[in-house]
Amino acid sequence: MKVKCLECDCEFDVPDDVIVGEIVTCPDCGLELEVTKIEAGKIEIKSAAVEGEDWGE
Amino acid sequence: MGITIGLLYDQIRWEEKTVLETAKSRGLDVNLIDAKASIFELTAKEKIPTLGDVILQRCVSYFRGLHLSAVLENMGYTVVNSYNVAEVCGNKLLSTLILSKAKIPTPKTYVAFTPESAVNALDKLGYPALLKPLVGSWGRLIIPLKDKDTAEAIFEEREYMFPLYQVYYIQEMVKRPPRDIRIFVVGEEAVAGMYRYSFQEIKTNIARGGKAEPCKITDELRELSLKAAETVGGGILGVDMMETESGILVHEINHTVEFRGLVSATGVNIPKNIVGYLLRKAKK
Repeated sequence: MKVKCLECDCEFDVPDDVIVGEIVTCPDCGLELEVTKIEAGKIEIKSAAVEGEDWGE
Repeated sequence: MGITIGLLYDQIRWEEKTVLETAKSRGLDVNLIDAKASIFELTAKEKIPTLGDVILQRCVSYFRGLHLSAVLENMGYTVVNSYNVAEVCGNKLLSTLILSKAKIPTPKTYVAFTPESAVNALDKLGYPALLKPLVGSWGRLIIPLKDKDTAEAIFEEREYMFPLYQVYYIQEMVKRPPRDIRIFVVGEEAVAGMYRYSFQEIKTNIARGGKAEPCKITDELRELSLKAAETVGGGILGVDMMETESGILVHEINHTVEFRGLVSATGVNIPKNIVGYLLRKAKK
């Protein structure tokens, strides 16, 4: 499946087994994008959240 | 009826995805619960429609996971790890207190509440020492205080930060090899171990660039890691330890453990262990 980067418009492939909630990274500009919806082979994305102060283990 | 695992997340990382796939391969249902999109009525009289027979809490955001655990447990759900475990493990002061009380060797630590008293604490501990945030991960804001001038400058800066940063948690700088040890505990079993090699003088976090190598779980490591895990309430935990001249110290216990590096270094099927544990919890 293909998705278009929100920042640089680069169109890139994401794995077929991608699921909602996963983060994909644009190979061109490096922007991290969160998959928000997958329907009929189409993927919707939004900019992933920036690392918060309370993130991590 | 089959068993459903509720997987509470805010990001699907490699860890969440492998647990999901493992559970599905065992014929279990998995209900993915996006914490970012969830709303819960705290005053509701009835349990909301079933989220799962057991909830695996995997939020990357500590406060989000902590408070959602409280909400879900209050509704009657079994959450792994529990709210109490998350509260203790996510707060370095509470962790030190509980480890110390259980006579588990842990680094010498002081707490102070003003810059002046923090300097007094450093006089007792000696330089260099480590200033750590009470709540924080991936080595964020852990600062080596090498002398009094540096310490005073850092403390002054802290006075302008959120009040939690004015609780000065100051720890001895333990002499150790350039690595620490992470033992992954699932229930009553120490399932895998790795050395984490420093990428900076004081930090070994894999998420920040630390390198992993397998570590044999000796009887001493097993005993200590299981005791530490049990002390904080048990569950799926990452027990971090350091090798010192006087023996092994436990310095941290992690409750939403990342394990990609550990799986890669050891080949141990951590997701399988996690799913097995969840099944046992769901059947109780």
